Formats: sequence, C-alpha cells, structure tokens
Amino acid sequence: MTNMIQHHLTDALMMAYSAGSLPEAFSLTVATHISMCDECRARLGAFDTVGGALLEGTDEVAMTRDSFAATMARIRAARPEVKPAPRRAGLLPVPLQDYIGGDLDAVRWRPVGMGVRQAILPTSKAATARLLHIPAGAAVPDHGHRGTELTLVLQGAFVDQVSRFGPGDIEIVNEDLNHTPVADIGADCICLAATDAPLRFRALMPRLAQPFLRI
Amino acid sequence: MTTAKDMENTEWVSCIAAIRDARDEAAFARLFGHFAPRIKAFLMRSGADATLAEECAQEVMATLWQKAHLFDPTRASAATWIFTIARNRRIDALRKQKRPEPEDLTWGIAPEPDQADVLALQQESDQLSAAIAALPEKQRVLIEKAYFSDLSHSEIAEQTGLPLGTIKSRIRLALDRLRHAMK
Repeated sequence: MTNMIQHHLTDALMMAYSAGSLPEAFSLTVATHISMCDECRARLGAFDTVGGALLEGTDEVAMTRDSFAATMARIRAARPEVKPAPRRAGLLPVPLQDYIGGDLDAVRWRPVGMGVRQAILPTSKAATARLLHIPAGAAVPDHGHRGTELTLVLQGAFVDQVSRFGPGDIEIVNEDLNHTPVADIGADCICLAATDAPLRFRALMPRLAQPFLRI
Repeated sequence: MTTAKDMENTEWVSCIAAIRDARDEAAFARLFGHFAPRIKAFLMRSGADATLAEECAQEVMATLWQKAHLFDPTRASAATWIFTIARNRRIDALRKQKRPEPEDLTWGIAPEPDQADVLALQQESDQLSAAIAALPEKQRVLIEKAYFSDLSHSEIAEQTGLPLGTIKSRIRLALDRLRHAMK
C-alpha cells in the first residue's frame, strides 16, 4: 500500500510536527499518515535530526547543584516500565486507535445528513479531529475553510476538484478552496479530517446545523 | 573521514548502551553533564521558567535511563533521540497535550546494530549540524525559532514583525540548503 500513496505531507507540516508546535488534532493526523507512509517516516527522521542538531548546538543553562542526585532519586522511585510498543491489530494505525479506544468497530458514529456520518475525537480545542464515513458515491456538502483542513484517507477513496485521494493519501486544503469531496463509487470512504477553524458550508441547511453538530 | 564530533557521537551511543546493559551510573553522569544543561536551555527558550525547566530536564534524563533499551543508533543520534524526548515532555508540560506518535516499525528489542550503520548515521547527523551552523544568520534564526519557541509560523510573524511570506520563504530556502548539503 505504501508505494501507492500519491499525496504526502508538506515540509511545513512535517517541520511543525517535529518541532512540536502543531495542535493535537493535526499531530494525530500527521502521526497517522506517517504510520501508513514509509516515505514521510524517513523525512520525519531528517526533521528530528535538525531538532537534535539544534539541541546539540544550543547554549547551556547550568543545572542546580543537587540535580544529578535528584535525577537518580527519580529513577529509583519510578516503577520500571516494560511496556512493549503496541502492535497494530485491526485496520487502523495505532495512534488513531489510541484516540478511538479501539479499531473501526469501536467508533461511535453520528449522522450529519446525506448519509454521511462522523465521530469527533477527543483532542485539545485548538483544532478538531473527526472521522468521516462517506457512503460510496455520496458527497460531503460543498464547503470552504477559514483555516487549514487536513484529510487523510483510511479506507476507500474520494475525488474533489483537486485530485483523487486513496488510502494513505492526505489532502491539505487552505482557506482559498471550496471543495466537494465525493466518495468513490466502489466502496464507502473513511477519512480522518482535522480542521483548525469551523468549516463553512455553502448550502443553508448544513450551516444551521453546524453549531449543533460541530461540523 | 571520522571527525572528533563523530567520536563524541559514538561515545554517547556507548554510554546509552552501558546504561541499558549495566545500569552504568558513570556513563549516565557523562550524558547528564553534556545534555541536561542543553535540555534546560531548550525548555527555557520555549517559555518554561527556570524551575519548571530544571524539573523537566531531570525528567527527560530519567526517561533516557528508563528507555535506554528503545534507543536505536542506526536511526538517530543521541542528540536527536534526546531532542524527541525533551520535545514531548515540553508539549506535555507547557501545553498539557498528548503527543500522538507514529506506530513503531520494530517489535520488541532491536537486535545488536551493525557498527558501520551506527557510524554512518552519526556522521550524517554531524554533517547536518555543520550545515545548520553554515546557514545564513537570517535563515538559521528562523529555524531555531520554529524548533525552540513552540510558535507556529504565523505566531513567529506576529512576534518578529516579519511578513508571513518572508518567514515561509526563508525557512524553505534554509531547508533547500540543508538538503543540498546532505546530498
């Protein structure tokens, strides 16, 4: 699957993720894409190396006098942690499963109209992460953005004015684009979408529903 | 060519291995003396006060001890690995947020790494350090700000008074230079 991914993370997103300055919902989307994409995983390694080089080159601030002893005391007081890294069980990448509390079957979907369902994931408020389930051939209502929207395909595919996006592909959309993503006819499309501002739907009904449904 | 810096890098790798294999406090003390004051400086530049930065730096070093078995010197230098621990601690301490990480490729404890791979990785890290140091001042300052200040590009624009477009293009130029230097 990895080598079929056509749409990757930008340098700006990758650097902000490595630097640790992204809102949690964006970090989740980036971490999930990297779990699916070896190319971006390798690029992330390079950005982390920049962070390491900057740490190595920074000025020093002296630690307090008893600092080393205090650290050894922390180590002795801590319970040894022998937790192996979780291995993927099921369809969804591990970082996403952590936020859902399980795989796809554990998602608590809510209808948002026109057959589309969503589930909002628990992240900090600076941005929102949601899973979207779009029935095969159905469209998400035409919408614009005030901020940035990241959409990562987990299953199926969608097409919009920009391109076609399949499993592992990530679309990065800024405020200048109104788009109508339509799921491929072959299968339902499941995406992870992160936004740092509410979406602006162009039709009247979705806008009225927006404050209630947090879409 | 093996430089003094590469020697130092490989020495930090041996120190971490000594902690993993023998709970070697002397090796830990050497790492502590080098990295703890840098971690503290990094956290203070991100907005932590001296007390919080001291506490977090101790916690980061304690994490290094506890997770020494997870360090893979064919994938990161000691400085890079420690940076990622310090960054995650910063997100937790300053933003009270979780840090979603990509899932691990490896399963369990990695086999003993090939020394040639270790040296190659350490040399690359060293080469990148040199390339960052050689960046034009205006570009280097922005890269440092992006990594150290916990600010987004638009927040850096507000803080510095530079137009957002200028910040983005300087960072892009800096990354181009780094890529070129690593070819």
